[in-house]
Amino acid sequence: MKLDAKIPSGPIEEKWNNHKFDLKLVNPANKRKYDVIVVGSGLAGASAAATLAELGYNVSCFCFQDSPRRAHSIAAQGGINAAKNYQGDGDSVHRLFYDTVKGGDFRSREANVHRLAEVSVNIIDQCVAQGVPFAREYGGLLDNRSFGGAQVSRTFYAKGQTGQQLLIGAYQALERQIGLGRVKMYTRAEMLELVVDNGRAAGIIVRDLATGEITRHAGHAVLMATGGYGNVFYLSTNAKGSNVTAAYRAYKKGAGFANPCFTQIHPTCIPVSGDYQSKLTLMSESLRNDGRVWAPKNKGDKRAPSQIPDAERDYYLERKYPSYGNLAPRDIASRAAKEACDDGRGVGDTGLGVYLDFRDSIKRLGKHTIQERYGNLFHMYQKITAENPYEMPMRIFPAVHYTMGGLWVDYNLMSTIPGLFVLGEANFSDHGANRLGASALMQGLADGYFVVPSTLSGYLADLPRTSIATDTSEFKKAETEATDRLNQFINIKGKKTVDTFHRELGKIIWDRCGMARNKAGLEKAISQIPALREEFWKNLKINGTGSELNQELERAGRVADFMEFGELMCRDALAREESCGGHFREEHQTEDGEAKRDDENFAHAAVWEYKGDTAIPARHKEQLEFENVKLATRSYK
Amino acid sequence: MKLKLHVWRQKSPKAQGKMTSYDVKQASPDMSFLEMLDVLNEDLAQKGEDPIAFDHDCREGICGSCSMVINGQPHGPEQGTTACQLHMRKFKDGDDIFIEPWRAKAFPVLKDLIVDRGAFDRIIQAGGFVSVNTGGAQDANCIPIPKHNADLAMDAAACIGCGACVAACKNSSAMLFVSAKVSHLALLPQGQPEKTRRVLNMVNQMDKEGFGNCTNQYECEAACPKEISANFIAKMNREYLGASFFSQEE
Amino acid sequence: MSWFKRTLNSSIGGKLIVAVTGLGLVGFIIAHLSGNLLIFVGREALAEYAEGLRKFPAILWALRIGLVGMAVAHIGFTIKLNLANKAARPVGYAKKTYRRATLASRTMVLSGLTLLAYIVYHLLHFTWRTTDAEIAALGPYEVYDMLIIGFSSPAISAFYIIATVLLGMHLSHGISSVFQTLGINNPKYNKLFRCLGPALGTVLALGFITIPVAVMTGFVTR
Repeated sequence: MKLDAKIPSGPIEEKWNNHKFDLKLVNPANKRKYDVIVVGSGLAGASAAATLAELGYNVSCFCFQDSPRRAHSIAAQGGINAAKNYQGDGDSVHRLFYDTVKGGDFRSREANVHRLAEVSVNIIDQCVAQGVPFAREYGGLLDNRSFGGAQVSRTFYAKGQTGQQLLIGAYQALERQIGLGRVKMYTRAEMLELVVDNGRAAGIIVRDLATGEITRHAGHAVLMATGGYGNVFYLSTNAKGSNVTAAYRAYKKGAGFANPCFTQIHPTCIPVSGDYQSKLTLMSESLRNDGRVWAPKNKGDKRAPSQIPDAERDYYLERKYPSYGNLAPRDIASRAAKEACDDGRGVGDTGLGVYLDFRDSIKRLGKHTIQERYGNLFHMYQKITAENPYEMPMRIFPAVHYTMGGLWVDYNLMSTIPGLFVLGEANFSDHGANRLGASALMQGLADGYFVVPSTLSGYLADLPRTSIATDTSEFKKAETEATDRLNQFINIKGKKTVDTFHRELGKIIWDRCGMARNKAGLEKAISQIPALREEFWKNLKINGTGSELNQELERAGRVADFMEFGELMCRDALAREESCGGHFREEHQTEDGEAKRDDENFAHAAVWEYKGDTAIPARHKEQLEFENVKLATRSYK
Repeated sequence: MKLKLHVWRQKSPKAQGKMTSYDVKQASPDMSFLEMLDVLNEDLAQKGEDPIAFDHDCREGICGSCSMVINGQPHGPEQGTTACQLHMRKFKDGDDIFIEPWRAKAFPVLKDLIVDRGAFDRIIQAGGFVSVNTGGAQDANCIPIPKHNADLAMDAAACIGCGACVAACKNSSAMLFVSAKVSHLALLPQGQPEKTRRVLNMVNQMDKEGFGNCTNQYECEAACPKEISANFIAKMNREYLGASFFSQEE
Repeated sequence: MSWFKRTLNSSIGGKLIVAVTGLGLVGFIIAHLSGNLLIFVGREALAEYAEGLRKFPAILWALRIGLVGMAVAHIGFTIKLNLANKAARPVGYAKKTYRRATLASRTMVLSGLTLLAYIVYHLLHFTWRTTDAEIAALGPYEVYDMLIIGFSSPAISAFYIIATVLLGMHLSHGISSVFQTLGINNPKYNKLFRCLGPALGTVLALGFITIPVAVMTGFVTR
């Protein structure tokens, strides 16, 4: 596998501008002759589909939900970063770039991150022009808040529903193009296979989830914006439908998969309450602006939080990281919570929880201000737990939230399969080993609105403008593979339901490849997962048929891919003999328990190449060069 | 807790549906309503019966997928809450619970509790946007917006497009959904250039989809999980009548 | 005029007609009640009022035609909207719970249809005077006596009172709805608008009820 990142030459500030000039263009009259397939309709997918259609390309867009507006980008609460420096507090493109590279623990590609910081300002302009109702100050100008891992206020927000508002903005732009006939939208349509013809991505195989019909779709390029794979853990803050299938199918067709072990555990989620739990709910990181995180100083202290005097509380983030305090980055805050719980100082019935306390800020700012800032989050917390966070501290615990790893892409966002572009959370490029809060929305929209519309023309300009046929042997083969797999699920007629398998897989991954990992555990997982997978293919029980709306069957396909992908993840975690960002290997830590990077041997993206179902995948490296941000130990102390 | 569920079962869009009863033997008060259904579905699947199909995705009350009428109320009895955020502690041991899909001609049932809400997307296609292509937007702070208007626009924009308003309305009217989008954009300077066309086209599409008319009973407002105010309906009426009688739009 | 047709055919346009005609009919009801209450001033005042009405036949007929036109449009558009509403939900719920809808709002069609029947009877009773020989024998301006004869029957009075209560209910929802439908809306006044319907409906209903009650209790006599 050849990994050419195609990073443009020149100083980092000029790379993107120069590159845009160097990229070939497609004549406006010729754009409609190119068919572009967009899979996924979240921030990255919807913004790309809309923008490409505006430019004149012939776009088809696919989502598995009943409407493009439901993609999981909608659930992001806190905000979106942009280097606008409206607050005059010293922010700049360079500082956002610097913070992101440092926040990612030096495992991201500098050139991509700089471009992200550059276009961040255009995103805000674009969204405001679309009518996204960002929070404003009384003078009518935009308001900002601060977020973890930054010492400036650069986060734009719309109450606690920023993701929703940005997605609705992109969705409306997309619907406008659908109405104009420039995008053909397929809802309740799940991509089952990628078709690669003559070494290029040529189309996809899709199942209509309402009718079960399988169809072929051809395009000159395929853009995958299919989100992350957090649901490999079963319990995560992802939507129930979020899955790795599209990305994993592409991997099996030859796309390199980069850094699958880089998963983000979000520090502030509502703790698990029982076995029936189907998902975890996030409480926005913005809460850490005003909430103070603590655990009791004494082990097994079961007193009510209000009965524990200040002297017996351990505000551990403030203690350990005085300069960032409660706004330490996510990986660090999560691990600190785990440490407190491992130490026997966890709270709640399960002992898996710490407090996020608003007592002091309510005293300082008044209940009204807190309500205005976080009212909907408090309300949600109360609905789920039946506890009133105005009166007693929230109980929080880390949960799987975001996956930094993804399909490997070059500077143009193209994977190792020519013509297959990967956008948003589905690619690996911008966040390294840890994503900063409010940066996911930024990346999704940057890729969709600003990056791929430019880089795609550079690829298409060299292609013939004749339409791609769907009756080739490759399409036939891919379709047969997809149908065969579905039939196989139904014909197993075993005893265990798909959710049972998913839970078992999730438990293995969480225990062995969760917040802290070690060699023995990972090796165990690598032997357990194939065994579970084997059982899955022998003992799965799916009711009904493939030619109808069948939600069990949908899940079976997704879980089958998680079963294989989970193993890849553990292999990646095992091979990365260092701790960095969200990847914490117990063997590699400093004396006070902080992550210990190994820049000499691991300052690279690990890219996995599929070698066959029974063969061990090959690990390749893209060496990461740090010319503008000096490699240094991350410190938030 | 033990429960008796009465659920609408319908195999396919054209099939005849009917209410079917199920016993749930072990529900915990801390479960969400959908988790309670998950448990029942696991049970059904294990027994070789077809599990109850229902739309759901984010399960944190924001994607707008979940759509079931619980005991005659869309999303169930708790104010300002989607079905996925409704918890079983709202019910009592031994309760009978009726679960039905959204009922509207414009929302045909696909299977069991799943309906097709494509009509909402088509209404947005008719005008629920600002026609601004990517690139070339002016600096975001060039358009100051009074905080009050921005906040009000946000209140309208909070709509999750779930369709509970339609399900709650005795006329299956979509006025609350449409008015939320019309108001969101009409309250902002960015929405002004297309204001008249937008409201005319969106209302036109809404009527074409076969939604009923508003009879000002405000059941929609009571059922809305985002508590969107029916005042936006008045605003849309004003926008529509103004656009019809006083604009130059044909 | 395509825009005009389109507007009238739209759901909001249809409601506009119902609201505006409803408002016109409310105006008539207020005027009608003000006239009727002259019964408490005396026989002559009422006769003078009745006579005065007919002094300008052109105006009277214009008003009558206007009234009938408004009533026809009000009813016609309501039927049209209502058929559309029924069609919008072909399958109903096995169980339905209301949270906000008032009794008045849920019985608009029922109260409206009852009022229609009542109006026909009312016209036969006092305008065309075909239901009661005693009333028919009176001169056209002897309204005072007509009322006393008319309401001396408890059954007729009861029917009038029931109809008037329904009218009050109909107006309590209808008047507040006018503001909503016309988009007259401001958070500062919305409470007022929402209260105005029930308040005015109650006042008008009580106003009308005083007349049969006064006759029945002997407060007003020949």
